[in-house]
Amino acid sequence: MDFALTEEHQMVRKMVREFAEKEIAPYIKELDRKHQYSRDILTKMGQQGILGICIPVKYGGAGMDYISLAIACEELERVDTSARVVLSVHIGLNSLSLLQWGTEEQKQKYLVPQAMGQKIATYALTEPNAGSDAVGIQTTARKEGDHYVLNGEKMWISLADVADHFLIIAWTDMEKKKKRDHSGMSAFIVERSFPGVKTGTIHGKLGVRAGNTGSITLTDCMVPAENLLGQEGEGFKIAMSALDGGRYTVAAGAVGLIEACLEASVRYANERYAFGVPIGQHQLVQQMIAKMVARRDAGRWLVYYAGWLKNQGIRNTRETSLAKWINCDAAFDSAADAVQIHGAYGYCDEYDVERYLRNSKGAVIYEGSREIHQLIQAQYALGYRQDKPLRCELPAYDPVEWQSEG
Amino acid sequence: MNIIVCIKQVPDTTEVKINPETGTLIREGVPSIINPFDTYAIEEGLRLKEKFGGKVTVISMGPPQAMEALKEAVAMGADEAILLSDKAFAGSDTWATAYTLSQAIKKLGEFDLILCGKQAIDGDTGQVGPGIARQLGISQLTYVFKIRHLDPESRTIVVERLLEEGREVVETKLPALLTVVKDINQPRYPTFLGIRRATRMQIPVWGAADLPGADSSKFGLKGSPTQVVRVFNPPKREGKVEIIQADSVDEAASILADKLLAEKVI
Ligand SMILES: Cc1cc2nc3c(=O)[nH]c(=O)nc-3n(C[C@H](O)[C@H](O)[C@H](O)COP(=O)(O)OP(=O)(O)OC[C@H]3O[C@@H](n4cnc5c(N)ncnc54)[C@H](O)[C@@H]3O)c2cc1C
Ligand SMILES: Cc1cc2nc3c(=O)[nH]c(=O)nc-3n(C[C@H](O)[C@H](O)[C@H](O)COP(=O)(O)OP(=O)(O)OC[C@H]3O[C@@H](n4cnc5c(N)ncnc54)[C@H](O)[C@@H]3O)c2cc1C
Repeated sequence: MDFALTEEHQMVRKMVREFAEKEIAPYIKELDRKHQYSRDILTKMGQQGILGICIPVKYGGAGMDYISLAIACEELERVDTSARVVLSVHIGLNSLSLLQWGTEEQKQKYLVPQAMGQKIATYALTEPNAGSDAVGIQTTARKEGDHYVLNGEKMWISLADVADHFLIIAWTDMEKKKKRDHSGMSAFIVERSFPGVKTGTIHGKLGVRAGNTGSITLTDCMVPAENLLGQEGEGFKIAMSALDGGRYTVAAGAVGLIEACLEASVRYANERYAFGVPIGQHQLVQQMIAKMVARRDAGRWLVYYAGWLKNQGIRNTRETSLAKWINCDAAFDSAADAVQIHGAYGYCDEYDVERYLRNSKGAVIYEGSREIHQLIQAQYALGYRQDKPLRCELPAYDPVEWQSEG
Repeated sequence: MNIIVCIKQVPDTTEVKINPETGTLIREGVPSIINPFDTYAIEEGLRLKEKFGGKVTVISMGPPQAMEALKEAVAMGADEAILLSDKAFAGSDTWATAYTLSQAIKKLGEFDLILCGKQAIDGDTGQVGPGIARQLGISQLTYVFKIRHLDPESRTIVVERLLEEGREVVETKLPALLTVVKDINQPRYPTFLGIRRATRMQIPVWGAADLPGADSSKFGLKGSPTQVVRVFNPPKREGKVEIIQADSVDEAASILADKLLAEKVI
């Protein structure tokens, strides 16, 4: 066993923390208040290499490992959830899927500019009438000559109004669609510039207000056949394996949010007096602090274990789902306690903790709601569920391979 | 361009704690950073290298943990790094620090420019940069806020110095030593590639024995002419708040102006 983060990991943490504190923290309260999304921050994240952190150098990335991805998510969400969401969709759900399933041509054409931060990518599975029930989606892709024609509407898509590339899941086999046989689904790389793509932004969200969330409408959208990711019929498998990447980033981010709650609570508990002593001296306040410490540390090891499995190239669907479930609940509970510790001051946006609470709720819903993750865990335990090998697995981290230029 | 940047690792706090018995800084238990002004010196060095070619060497004198500061500088893009660390160097005052650094710089050979921060946020003397320049017998341009012109051919440099009364433009010949203020640039973050280089780099550690040309009686505490008699916190400045009450904003403003004039603030 080896629990140590390498010197490289520690330097990555320091760098991303410094970046987030200088480039995001000073602006985030205003952006959140105004429901305003900042392209500038995204551009800077790209320039800093963060948008390709764990992608091999030969595909335009920074060549770091999957643990570094988790550390970056932690440090970004320690400042604001919206910045971590970018890594979830751009890297976790999209770029890692291209790395896992893409052809060499697709990697050159799409992964390279994404890893370099020149193009922004997202992932679109959810629809107005189907979220948890992914097989219930209605979007279709009809083959016509050397094209597919896509029709349907995607909803609740992070960066919908911002991204250049979308990973779209749709039915290619209409017979199987009727029978809800998911081997009739396929995955497509869709560019914003393709004819028939329209996007919109959803307003009035509870949290992640500095992030963009929206809809994608596909009306006879013409997608070249070579933009099919994987094979026809592999769409569901691709969508689910993408979630192994996405959920990992969400789980890691949640640890950062707990850290932020803890730091804010400790500061306040030492400053605020009640009954003649700093409130940190009251045992029930200590209990809330103690729980945050426990949630942060336990959550961190759940994430790093999943990351270690990824580095080794070992399937980690169960471990990632577990980390995602536990950590997102833990972040929500920690944020609620952080508001509690701040009393009335925590209830207004003079302090950051109310934003933490609003932001933490989303992650209990997206990338598998907490109910879905409980079903998954129980199904593994009961023997109802087993991972079958995939035609393409996410490649194990190999530092030499990842850092070679050609 | 052969550029040398002197960096100091300092505690990550402006509240420096001092051991009342020895008069020295207490470093234990305080997270360390590169002296903020030195990050601007590193950045300026990297920019000059990008413009004129050459290399940037960072050097630091300090305990073994100062290696971290050097690695961070390498992660930002510095090409080489040297750590000066030896029990014999411990307890150096600014004179001994400048002496030891200049001996190491001599050993490094030819150079065009030495960059330092304007001061260290813990020691705060601002003496080490000028001290190095004197030891090496080269020009010193302190408080540099802008390099206006640098010509490696004619070996001249023109800089703007940020002084309390205004700016001063001065010119000198290379090699020269500059101490920089923070308005000079915006330091970059380390890069992922740089982080990998830094963690794999074997950074040489030089001790007294590696500076054979130097006079070892000038190292460390015994080589330090300064005697610290007593270290203490100056009494806190007493301030008082006065709220000006008036019927209109204009009236309040004129009362304020009168009071400021009376206090000779304006
Ligand atoms: C901020 C935000 C960003 C998002 N970004 C993206 C994105 O980028 N891409 C994308 O594809 N989607 C995205 N989503 C959508 C998200 O993944 C879905 O909202 C999520 O999968 C839940 O689906 P739903 O909202 O349709 O809820 P439903 O599936 O309708 O579920 C409603 C409730 O019923 C429960 N439930 C459903 N089925 C079961 C069951 N079998 N047993 C027990 N309980 C059940 C759920 O847990 C939930 O509590 C985002 C959502 C949000 C809020
Ligand atoms: C009698 C005496 C004993 C001391 N003993 C100790 C001790 O035991 N431990 C201790 O930590 N301090 C000790 N000090 C403090 C030490 O002398 C100063 O910290 C050091 O000389 C640098 O001075 P400064 O911090 O004022 O830096 P400044 O002169 O303000 O620094 C200006 C610039 O010089 C460069 N520079 C400064 N120091 C270094 C360095 N070490 N390496 C590379 N570049 C540098 C940097 O570019 C910096 O921005 C002692 C001081 C005295 C007077």
